[in-house]
Amino acid sequence: MDIKVRGPHPTEAERLAVDAVLGQAVSAWAGGKRDLGREGRISLLGGSEARAERHLLLPALHAVQDRFGWLPPGAIAYICQRLTIPPAEAHGVATFYHLFTHQSGAPIHVHVCDDIACRHTGGLDLLAQLKQQHTGSKVVEIHSSPCLGLCERAPAALVLRSGKIPQGCAVGHATSDTVAAALPADTFPDAGMDWLLATVPQQGQPGADLALLTRVGRGDPASLADYQATAGYAGLRASIALGGEKTIAEVTTSGIVGRGGAAFPTGRKWDAVARATDPVRYVVCNADESEPGTFKDRLLMEGDPFALVEGMTIAGVAVGARQGFLYIRGEYPLAIRRMQGAIDQAVAAHLLGDNILGSGHDFHITIRRGAGAYICGEETALFNSIEGQRGEPRNKPPFPVLHGLFNQPTVINNVETLANIPLILRQGGAVSAALGTPGSKGRKLFCVSGHVARPGVYEFVFGITLRQLISQAGGVPGNRPIQAVLLGGAAGGFVGPAQLDVPLTLEGTRAIGASLGSGVVMVFDDSADLGDTLARIAAFFRDESCGQCVPCRVGVTRQEELVGRLRHGQTIGSPADELALLEEIGQVMRDASICGLGHTASSALQSALRLFGPGILAEKHA
Amino acid sequence: MNEPEMWYKAPPRPTLIPLPPVRATKPQVELTVDGQTVRVPEGATLLDACMERGIDTPTVCFHPNYTPVNVCRVCVVELEGARTLVPSCSRLAEPGMVVKTDSPRVKTSRKMVLEFLASSVDLSTAPELLARCQEYGARPERYGPPAPPATDRDSRAAGHHHEPAGNEAQRVAQPVKIDNGLYIRDYSKCVLCYKCVQACGDEAQNTFAIAVAGRGFDARISTENAVSLPDSACVYCGNCIGVCPTGALMFKSEHTLRAQGTWDETRQKQTDTICGYCGVGCTLTLHVQDNTIVKVTSPADQDITRGNLCVKGRFGHESIQNRGDEPELPA
Amino acid sequence: MGGGTNSYQEIEETEVILLWGSNARETHPIFFHHLLKGVHHGARLFAIDPRRTSSVRWADTWLGLDVGTDIVVANAVGREIIAQGWHNQAFIDHATTGFAEYRHSVEPFTLAEAERLSGVPAPAIHQMAKAYAKAKTAIICWTLGITEHHNGVDNVSALINLALLTGHVGRHASGLNPLRGQNNVQGGGDMGALPDRLPGFQHVEVDALRQKFEQAWGTTIPPTRGWNLTQMLEAMGNRQLTALLVLGENPLQSESDRHHTEHLLRSLDFLVVQDLFLTPTAELADVVLPAAAGWCESEGTVTNSERRVQRVRKALEPPGEARDDGEILFDLARALGHDWGEFNAEKVWNELRALSPVHAGMTYDRLEKEHGLQWPCFDEAHPGEMFLHSRLWEQPLNGPPVAFQVVAHSPPVENLTTEFPLRLTTGRRLDDYNTGVQTGGFDSPLRRGETIDLCPEDALALGLTDGEWVRVVSPRGAIDAPVRLSNGLRPGLAFMTFHFQDSVNTNILTIDATDPRSGTAEFKACSIRVEKKSL
Repeated sequence: MDIKVRGPHPTEAERLAVDAVLGQAVSAWAGGKRDLGREGRISLLGGSEARAERHLLLPALHAVQDRFGWLPPGAIAYICQRLTIPPAEAHGVATFYHLFTHQSGAPIHVHVCDDIACRHTGGLDLLAQLKQQHTGSKVVEIHSSPCLGLCERAPAALVLRSGKIPQGCAVGHATSDTVAAALPADTFPDAGMDWLLATVPQQGQPGADLALLTRVGRGDPASLADYQATAGYAGLRASIALGGEKTIAEVTTSGIVGRGGAAFPTGRKWDAVARATDPVRYVVCNADESEPGTFKDRLLMEGDPFALVEGMTIAGVAVGARQGFLYIRGEYPLAIRRMQGAIDQAVAAHLLGDNILGSGHDFHITIRRGAGAYICGEETALFNSIEGQRGEPRNKPPFPVLHGLFNQPTVINNVETLANIPLILRQGGAVSAALGTPGSKGRKLFCVSGHVARPGVYEFVFGITLRQLISQAGGVPGNRPIQAVLLGGAAGGFVGPAQLDVPLTLEGTRAIGASLGSGVVMVFDDSADLGDTLARIAAFFRDESCGQCVPCRVGVTRQEELVGRLRHGQTIGSPADELALLEEIGQVMRDASICGLGHTASSALQSALRLFGPGILAEKHA
Repeated sequence: MNEPEMWYKAPPRPTLIPLPPVRATKPQVELTVDGQTVRVPEGATLLDACMERGIDTPTVCFHPNYTPVNVCRVCVVELEGARTLVPSCSRLAEPGMVVKTDSPRVKTSRKMVLEFLASSVDLSTAPELLARCQEYGARPERYGPPAPPATDRDSRAAGHHHEPAGNEAQRVAQPVKIDNGLYIRDYSKCVLCYKCVQACGDEAQNTFAIAVAGRGFDARISTENAVSLPDSACVYCGNCIGVCPTGALMFKSEHTLRAQGTWDETRQKQTDTICGYCGVGCTLTLHVQDNTIVKVTSPADQDITRGNLCVKGRFGHESIQNRGDEPELPA
Repeated sequence: MGGGTNSYQEIEETEVILLWGSNARETHPIFFHHLLKGVHHGARLFAIDPRRTSSVRWADTWLGLDVGTDIVVANAVGREIIAQGWHNQAFIDHATTGFAEYRHSVEPFTLAEAERLSGVPAPAIHQMAKAYAKAKTAIICWTLGITEHHNGVDNVSALINLALLTGHVGRHASGLNPLRGQNNVQGGGDMGALPDRLPGFQHVEVDALRQKFEQAWGTTIPPTRGWNLTQMLEAMGNRQLTALLVLGENPLQSESDRHHTEHLLRSLDFLVVQDLFLTPTAELADVVLPAAAGWCESEGTVTNSERRVQRVRKALEPPGEARDDGEILFDLARALGHDWGEFNAEKVWNELRALSPVHAGMTYDRLEKEHGLQWPCFDEAHPGEMFLHSRLWEQPLNGPPVAFQVVAHSPPVENLTTEFPLRLTTGRRLDDYNTGVQTGGFDSPLRRGETIDLCPEDALALGLTDGEWVRVVSPRGAIDAPVRLSNGLRPGLAFMTFHFQDSVNTNILTIDATDPRSGTAEFKACSIRVEKKSL
């Protein structure tokens, strides 16, 4: 491809940083050394071959950001040459993600969550404090961040240290002191076992029935031996013994549906991919957990990483895929480390890779790291992100089971879904199917945060009510009355105190016009400024819309403006007109957007207005 | 061919007219559109079905020669059984589909999309879109007075943004980019239909000088690092201008005449002819005002160019125009 | 009949494309769109070119041969196909003659020998042979890299042999396609602007054909072929040709060896130039007839590289005294004693239709409605032929078989010597055209003026830096130009265009060795040296 790369030459360090992930350049036309003896008369890298490297763009950009704390133009130009990517497209991709920095600055980036769970628990103050503290710093740059998925330990911060050995860590219950303590190299406040245990309040409680979370906080997540000692890999062995078709049948029997929010039957998805005529298939695990208030997938990856590896492996073997991708959001450095460790150990133990357990099946897992984009949790946006394109969702149909990653048949499942798989195979699908309600079978993880005594991830067989769950989490501190509960995250909706007896099942929540979504249960007591929360949600969608389709791109912008007007009492038309307009904006986003982001960008706001009326938006003056 | 005898004799006529290999004729798909039965070949879209029935459907990002990007969402229709509306430009017709193109939901969505565009983009050189706004009753003024132009749109980072007060409607308004003598880019008029990116990309030119950059409302068409066109990979084929539906991309000649107030389409004549440069045989549509070529396009529905030209065909007519300035013949 | 055998659309559906001696990315950009559609649909692209051009950079495989060794590579491909048994024996038996002689002639061109002569590594030649032979459909395209040699006709024959060997001709998405470098070169040939042809490729030396025209025109036509351009220049040299009418050409700048050409033009008794511009050639003329631009100031037709006859239309009034070429020619005829009446493009066209069977079905009406028609188009019900030579696949064979042409390798006329050690090859760039008369007028942001392109290694060896002005010397003359470093070149290979003759007169350097059969000069190969200019 005759791309024109006119950027500056890379420095030696920039070249090394890129080569570290891409290997040596084979051709002078791909950034390597000119050697006419080898390629004076032939091309060492053919046109279509060179164009097939595009999917390495995101890893290469990460390598540069990790090394320098920003994306120097020389390094980008070198990446473009290496991967035969037009510079304009590389720019388009790099500017899509908010973890990439485009101006030279500090080597350490601290992202402080100001999202719905953290902002009222000290996040906003911390952000202001840190910003002031590091004004003009050449070492530390402070950014405000959308939800970091650490809601049980709000307020949260993420420290990303660039350099020769790049490191990242999360800081829970962050203060300016704990953040300062996390700045030096080799400090990992998120690595301990105590907080793991704390995040699963049910662990060790009498009567707690844990299956998905049973190992979290107890076994060493870095130990394959610990995993195998607690029934680990029994599922894969069972699956190999059953063969692909029967494995899929067990999954179908279990009645499990996707736990990412869309609730599509997993068995049907696998079956469709297994039946595809195209032999090149993929298994993708969606670990881009970015829904504000959601942190269960992170916990599973940090606390029980082998279960996910096993689940993915069972999926890969069952549908006949040879390659899997695990796409983890870039804000989860510990999860990425733990998963890579688990994958490496599994490969060494022949539980992954070529000829798994002597079965003749090959399956490989590659981790791909997100770079800060909520939208990449949308499955087709995630495919585009892996492929080195902008994370813009694709129109559906066609569906991923036939036209997924690299346009090939693809199984894409959420972490929690795949973590269920070893269990289902070990126990048999019928065991799982017997649990729960007719419309919601098996077990579910709930991310409980906000005004509760014991925030954390809770595991229950489907059927528990919201009131019971909140009570399990210790109720509202100080016994204050509940003002509202956000179910399903920013893309979900609010329920009021009158609806606390709703069973947290798919059908139960649907019956009251709410949704279970990813299992977010965020409690707001009567002191909370819900208007501020709604404004933050509106801003969140304005930040996170990919910008591709008009209804969402402009809709989220107009919605945010309107919330601002209503909040400040500066309406343009009559308040009734403005509310009608808000409803119309919501309607076009729901009806005409390409993907779920637009479809749900107004749902939390609309649910709150239905529950509480427009007064809820008015600014509260303490 | 090279048979010596054939230098003298014309080769015989083939018995059959050479034609491409016969492809199986596609089965017909029968569906219902606005209560009427429509039959279209398999692989046809709902937009095709609408056109088959003569149903006027607004589009912005659709281009008949390109893979639909279905981003503008103005062509949405209501499909029975679907939770949301579907884009007619890309949704394939299936047997038994029941489609409504004039339901209140469809009308509202179309109105809102047009309203969103009209409130955020300068549509002054997009008469077709303005007419659609009127047709659907779009009222862009509902979002408040327009916010002033911004100068930082090219450098806006993804993620957190400055929260708006809400009392004025944010727009994509920004200064016009004039960085070469051939064409200008006025992104205040950009509806982000992606067609220019497609034209520059693998749908036609394969030069990839521009791409969409940024995210959300700050998404924009950009060269790498927003450099000027002469510093970019641009080869000035102008195929992006050819597909721009709003005049955001415009011949410099047109831009200048418009600025002078002398651009007058009623005085322009369009004539199709063949480019005088290489032997490919590209059809040029010459737009002539006052015996001067003010713009060159190519018909999208002819198979040689499909609307595309190269820099010579698109812009290389100046020397013809400047002949009046030739020196007199030497005495 | 000479013309591309396929339509542009077919290259979008073929499996293998051999782009031979062509930088179509820059010289035929819109054709290249079609080619890239093919590539995106999965076609394998082989590029055979001494330079690693922007076209080459799209290729899956590049064969960077030495200038003037195309026959070596083509014959080696042929030999490899035969040696491996990949040739289409059934087609050869059915539709060709001379296979045994061809096989014998390519025998010496082993992969090793081809590598020695052309520089192309043997595996690449093998790969191309295999891909081309095994493909269900394959297209060869070429431009002036094949024809602008002293043996250009042989080069073309070598490529045709490959198509005959594999049966990649006469079928949809398989064929041989020269890309015409200039608008209506094809049409000029169609209309009989060839030394041996009357309109519609009808040979002047075939009595029946000639008599048909004589009858229609009420005049006698010389029964033998005329001169091609080379022969005309020769005839000027020996004073057999003393008066010349030049229509829309700028031979002073476009012909090789400018000094020699200028001498010949000046030696004419009478030179008339009919042109849009006062070109340097026109400046030498006794009479200049200002012409209207054919493509926008007059009515008529042109023919493109896929044999499509297309309408040109008048969009502008020509300036000053400029007039339609046809009107000028009608007036000339009248002045010479033949009154052809009032000039009317459609009437002229209909006369052609009456005399040229391959154009007979192309009415102006149809050309308008069907966006042009591809010849042959024998009658008004005929749709025109999408691809040529389908008769070769008919059972039994329709018409005579086609003969393989035995062609021998003949290196460029001018050897490299210690005095002139660099091979200069010439070509075009995207935004400019030929001698720059037309393109010079628009403000192309891409234009960087003439340069002598050298590889960094040669520049280093000569102590030259990018942008430095140097003296370029060939056995015929010397010019000054700035150096441009180009990674697409290798040591010993230099490149220039001929777009900027007013400032840098490349054709002072080029050689006038021409192919006697085509009259095309060897623009692609002369020898030069580059001298550092003393400050």
